[in-house]
Amino acid sequence: VNSKKQDVRDTDLAPADLDARLSHVWGDPPGIWGWLTTVDHKAIGRRYVVTALIFLCLGGLSALVMRLQLGTPENKLVGPDLYNQLFTMHGSTMMFLFAVPVMETMGVYLVPLMIGTRTVAFPRLNAFSYWVYLFGGAMLWIAFFVNTGPDAGWFSYVPLAGPQYGIGKRSDIWAQMITYTEVSGLAVAVTSIVTIFKMRAPGMTLDRIPLFVWAALVTSFMIVFAMPAVMVSSTMLILDRLVGTHFFNWAEGGDVLLYQHLFWFFGHPEVYFIFIPATGIVSAIIPAFARQKMFGYTVLVLSLFGTGFLAFGLWVHHMFVTGLPRLGESFFTASSMAVAIPSGLQIFCWIATLWDGKLKFNTPLLFVFGFILNFVIGGLSGVMVASVPIDTQVHDTYFVVAHFHYVLVGGAVFPLLGGIYYWFPKFYGRMLNERLGRWNFWLAMVGFNLTFFPMHILGLMGMPRRVYTYQPEMGWGPMNMLVTIGAFVFFASFLLLAFNVWRSLRDGQLAGGNPWNAGTLEWATSSPPPAYNFAHIPVCTGREPLWQTPDTPVAAGLRVDKREVLVTTLVDGEPDLRDSSPEPSIWPLVAAVATSVTLLASIFTPWAIVWGLLPVGAALTGWFWPKGTKEDES
Amino acid sequence: MKRLLFLLACPSLSGCSGWQSALDPHSAGAVQLANLFWFFLAVCTFVWLLVGAALFAVLRRRRVGEHPVEDNLAATRRKTTVISVLTAMTVAILTVFTLLSFYATRGFTWHDTNTLTIKITGRQWWWDIEYQNMDPQQVFQTANEIHIPVGRPITLDLEAGDVIHSFWVPNLMGKQDLIPGRTNYLTIMADKPGLYRGQCAEFCGLEHAHMAILVFAESQTAFDQWRYQQLSQAKAPGAPDRLAGLKVFLSHPCASCHTIGGTDAGGRMGPNLTHFGARATIAAGRVPNTARDLDVWLRDPQGLKPGANMPKVDLTRDERTQLVAYLEGLK
Repeated sequence: VNSKKQDVRDTDLAPADLDARLSHVWGDPPGIWGWLTTVDHKAIGRRYVVTALIFLCLGGLSALVMRLQLGTPENKLVGPDLYNQLFTMHGSTMMFLFAVPVMETMGVYLVPLMIGTRTVAFPRLNAFSYWVYLFGGAMLWIAFFVNTGPDAGWFSYVPLAGPQYGIGKRSDIWAQMITYTEVSGLAVAVTSIVTIFKMRAPGMTLDRIPLFVWAALVTSFMIVFAMPAVMVSSTMLILDRLVGTHFFNWAEGGDVLLYQHLFWFFGHPEVYFIFIPATGIVSAIIPAFARQKMFGYTVLVLSLFGTGFLAFGLWVHHMFVTGLPRLGESFFTASSMAVAIPSGLQIFCWIATLWDGKLKFNTPLLFVFGFILNFVIGGLSGVMVASVPIDTQVHDTYFVVAHFHYVLVGGAVFPLLGGIYYWFPKFYGRMLNERLGRWNFWLAMVGFNLTFFPMHILGLMGMPRRVYTYQPEMGWGPMNMLVTIGAFVFFASFLLLAFNVWRSLRDGQLAGGNPWNAGTLEWATSSPPPAYNFAHIPVCTGREPLWQTPDTPVAAGLRVDKREVLVTTLVDGEPDLRDSSPEPSIWPLVAAVATSVTLLASIFTPWAIVWGLLPVGAALTGWFWPKGTKEDES
Repeated sequence: MKRLLFLLACPSLSGCSGWQSALDPHSAGAVQLANLFWFFLAVCTFVWLLVGAALFAVLRRRRVGEHPVEDNLAATRRKTTVISVLTAMTVAILTVFTLLSFYATRGFTWHDTNTLTIKITGRQWWWDIEYQNMDPQQVFQTANEIHIPVGRPITLDLEAGDVIHSFWVPNLMGKQDLIPGRTNYLTIMADKPGLYRGQCAEFCGLEHAHMAILVFAESQTAFDQWRYQQLSQAKAPGAPDRLAGLKVFLSHPCASCHTIGGTDAGGRMGPNLTHFGARATIAAGRVPNTARDLDVWLRDPQGLKPGANMPKVDLTRDERTQLVAYLEGLK
């Protein structure tokens, strides 16, 4: 394939020849080098999702140890020191290393396929983000295994996490882990936004964008606006700890509550980084299994935006008992309740779509039903805790633990599991077993409710959160035992999923391009998709283009001798220009290593920031070294 | 007597919802909170049942077929109407919820000049308590237990000595945080005499799980009696073993952290022990205040409460016995 100087277009070639040339241009170098240098959004997306699921497993195991400890009163299995590390690791891992990354990066894999393009807008930045995320997560867990795991909660409130009471390097590890995940999260968000705005298939006007993609877009914007707040708070925390600033030291004019405001200004939207993509998954599954277009598409899109917008006005409901002015608190009660309106609208539209659909009860749809039943419980208990007076009783008790697990597990992990069953064939080319899938669903449903429903009652009976034990005379023992049993059942459902995946990868039934007869573009290519995604860029003819015409029309004219993508206009998705896309490169990995070493070393000396600029600068110089092609330098 | 009450209350209440439960309210404020909760719960349950019924109906209506359903204008119009009505209902429910919450919160401010003010300072991991008075002679300190007269609003000035804590006695009122550098206020009032338990509700470090506070609500007479006793200094020990116990206390590190009024012990790091013998529990509700439990606590504080700031002090068995006798006599 010696066509460097020739301008070869896809129109000139027969299918087999086209495939060979595109595979050559878009494929990775062979071997380990290819693995390290890849910028393929599918490889990175898969890696991201698998890594996040490993973190899910670690977070789940830490929860099981906690549940064993709490199964009986005054249990001596783990002491307070280890217990505090465990629940901090559980929360931090589940939020920062599992839920947010897995939701963002289902999009890294799926969005380019769903909008009919060959890659993401910034493939190297995408690769860089994965490595930074991996190193940050690894640092946190290695620290835990050498007894330096953070122990001040996933929120790390000052002064407990501050220089005076947070001993050793534990809270520094936490604060720096935040920096890693922020850097990677922001990189993915920026990549997603530009990809969705500028790289949609021709014909994909705004009102034809799949709801999953809309959800990814809204989430990405929320990440861009919310993450700076936690970056500021974790940086101020680490400055207080390492260089003796007094941002949060009240004795020197700092403010303890400032930390909480900054943290929750990020922390509340963060819940929606997890939930909104999950609604996107639901909105992708329902039409495919109800054999019907989604009812109320526009309302659903507006609900996503409404939720995203309102999410920034709720943070104070995490601080209802800190002694803020009562009138201000009432405002936040109103805004917290208002967020139930867009969520309610979404539920109504989903049920309306199911109402007169031709339902196919495969595992993904089962998980959607489970999602609705569980999530509504979480949403309603959310309305309860949004009320200041009720919150003064249930705040920081197991009632709240129950509430947010119903929202995050019921509202996000159930759709995610449905999504895994739905898209696994696309990712790996093989179907997951339906029988095991049903078992997986029912085990998860029973285990989940057995684990988390009794927690509501425990909270009302007075059991606070984050206690490593409780006294026998409190009478919480039997119900805690029930919860512990439930936790093991729930964990077993994930083991079943792992088994199902393992079996399917070995000898699962081959999926073919579109096993569910779904309507969106990711199903218009083979499973798993080739490195170049689509041999010809598809033309989008509607919201479910594959249902519209038997053969998807395609756009032609892209070069096949170099990586080239089609850039379209923001609103109408009109073809605008052809743009080159970067080759595989080692520099993202080098830059990520340099960044990670710098961040890690800064825990031990502030000078690391100064000296670390050298390797980071060198890596970025290599990364951005001019390639010698005219169009890339203009 | 107090100790007896505590020991009796524990087993009889264990297993039932009364002990530290938000749903067993014993004050006007807590009753109002519980009622509000039940109302919310009823409405929310109704909503959930509606959603469940809708999903059930979906299952019953199930149609089969592979070909995507065609657009149906009439159905779309019907659905739009139903969803509009449901959304209006949602808004109405939320509005009612918000207004109820707002008025309930407003009701929690008492305008009563005849209040008793107690300053509660949260410390890792115990409650430092000071009964306030205009007259400095009438101010006294205690720890981990408060006594209040029934039917009278009590203002709590909530402060923190180290990290954030949260004061929560669910039978009497919702919680309020104790934050370093700030003073928060909470008004509580008990309707009936009784013993109520609370515990720290904001994660505060290693022994967050063992930071209980007891509230003894009693008649004004009983309260005055207790208060009068608390205002007094510790009586000089008469019996020889108790006298020896005092010597042990003063000659070991105990005195550098604890105060016993009327002796040379004036430390402020740990709880004030002037009337320690009259308290129901040891180490912020960790164990009942009996001679045997006190002995266990003194022998190995870290065994009962790992991480607590109380160090293990090397004492001989005799010294410990004397110390226990002395402390238990501090009524």
